Amino acid sequence: MKGAVLWLAVVAAGVATFAIKLVGHLLPRHWLAKPQVARVAALVTVALLSALVAVQAATRGGHVVLDSRLAGLGAAAVALVAKAPFVVVVLVAAVVTALLRWAGLP
Amino acid sequence: MSSAVRQAVSVALATGLYGVSFGALSVVAGLDVWQTMALSLVMFSGGSQFAFIGVAGSGGSPGAAIATAALVGLRNALYGPQVAPLIEVTGPRRLLAAQLTIDESTAVGTAQRDPAAARAGFWWTGAGVFLLWNAFTLVGALVGDSAGDPRRYGLDAAAAAAFLALVWPRLSNRTAQAVAGAAVVVALSTTPVLPSGVPVLLAAAVAVLVGVLWRSRPAAAVTDAVASHQSEGASVRRVEEPGS
Repeated sequence: MKGAVLWLAVVAAGVATFAIKLVGHLLPRHWLAKPQVARVAALVTVALLSALVAVQAATRGGHVVLDSRLAGLGAAAVALVAKAPFVVVVLVAAVVTALLRWAGLP
Repeated sequence: MSSAVRQAVSVALATGLYGVSFGALSVVAGLDVWQTMALSLVMFSGGSQFAFIGVAGSGGSPGAAIATAALVGLRNALYGPQVAPLIEVTGPRRLLAAQLTIDESTAVGTAQRDPAAARAGFWWTGAGVFLLWNAFTLVGALVGDSAGDPRRYGLDAAAAAAFLALVWPRLSNRTAQAVAGAAVVVALSTTPVLPSGVPVLLAAAVAVLVGVLWRSRPAAAVTDAVASHQSEGASVRRVEEPGS
């Protein structure tokens, strides 16, 4: 995606996300207040974010590629266990990965 | 300052700050500074924004990027019914309330005991996060714009870590952990054969399947019922603890 197509996607995704928020305010309360709806929505978020972790950490150009990113991700997990704030978690992953690459690893 | 406003300010600061990582990673993923700002202003939902740049940055189609961002944002629809009775707004202000309905404002608003504090908590958190998130997104985008090769600085791993940090507090029960594991397997095993972005959406389909089938098994063991009850309790607790 580039240029105008990317712009269109940005705007469309933004409008869609806003519409979803608005629906929650406009629909009759009992429609969305069902436990099963809440459960499916929660699991969809978990599945998407987990899949994004995997794709971002272990694939490149349509192939599974294992490299220094995994060590960075592992370090991020340690930071999360230690209850580090979001920014620290992200920085730890970047620093560990950058150091390993500086040392010559892929 | 009331305790609701104090909470709002601290949550807004913590959340706004990670707008830096979003701004930087968005530019690294191939969006320009303006497109990055458009996401923070219009989409204004961290998980959806990271999802969009994650799919766009790995060569996904516009449809896959839009669908992934929207699906990650589905939970925001469930916050409306919790927030609307607290703030009781009508007319155009409903549009503003809807835009500010995110994880953090819902958490702070619903955690208050009296109605005035709930309204203050929701609006102060929503407005505070909006201002700081956008300001720090701009800072991050400008920093990211001046960084050279993103891989050299480990920024590809940073993006993965951002997703991990977003999903981490949601993994408090067995079902969520099982779905997370299945999502990873589905995404990695289908990556070589499907267009970029589609494996992530396929993982969401697995979650829908699990969420629906769970209920439709009346013979489910007692342990299942207990686990499901605990998971609902856990998700309520999560919403009540800002910044967790």
